[in-house]
Amino acid sequence: MNVKHFIEEKVLIFEITEELDHHVVERIRKRTDYEIQRLMPKEVIFDFTKVKFMDSAGIGLVLGRYKQANSFGGKLKIVNANERIKKILEMSGVAKIIPIINLDDTEKTG
Amino acid sequence: MSKKIKNEMQIEFASKSANEAFARIAVAAFVSQLDPTIEEIADIKTSVSEAVTNSIIHAYPNKDGIVKIKAILYEDEIEIEISDTGSGIENVEEAREPLFTTKGNLERSGMGFTIMENFMDNLKVESIVGLGTKISMSKKIKKENT
Repeated sequence: MNVKHFIEEKVLIFEITEELDHHVVERIRKRTDYEIQRLMPKEVIFDFTKVKFMDSAGIGLVLGRYKQANSFGGKLKIVNANERIKKILEMSGVAKIIPIINLDDTEKTG
Repeated sequence: MSKKIKNEMQIEFASKSANEAFARIAVAAFVSQLDPTIEEIADIKTSVSEAVTNSIIHAYPNKDGIVKIKAILYEDEIEIEISDTGSGIENVEEAREPLFTTKGNLERSGMGFTIMENFMDNLKVESIVGLGTKISMSKKIKKENT
């Protein structure tokens, strides 16, 4: 995972580069939690461009950080999730409360 | 009508979270003999990941145990059994409900069984408290190139 922070815009970006399962989520949750608490950004972005696999552990991670950001009025977005990950987010109702934005139109599967 | 077994395999591994990726990749590699589509492989990988994670988190919460996967290939179908000898599920019906979780403190979403049900054709959950849990699931593989 890479963390990018744009101070002036108060945007915090987590670029996830791993397969998002329970093992990986346990490893990166603390870091995401810590950075959000420390920076209190206006906007938290999960960049999923490089995520090829996600199971329900990813839902927990995103939802947990959404609640955290929400507690101080911050917003959370997911960027470039592939069709499959979108399907999983829709199944759980997460897609109803968290915007999923695709910045490029190239289809990604896997 | 009996189905002809084409191939079968069995693996056992320690209930360590690092093995979640190993388990889903192993099953995906095995089913590739049936020429599944990318979508079908992804459905199977996700479902295996959910079942194995459940065993690791719920069956053996404070100790290491063994998780077993058995897979059988038929002409156009895969059957997968994922079992543990851990703590078992008290109320299977409740556990299968969407968003039900006993591990909310760990940010578990309670979507594991719902995902397995959606991505596989059949899902059976058998569990005895104190003895363990067995998940049986199957999926038809519609051949890509025929």
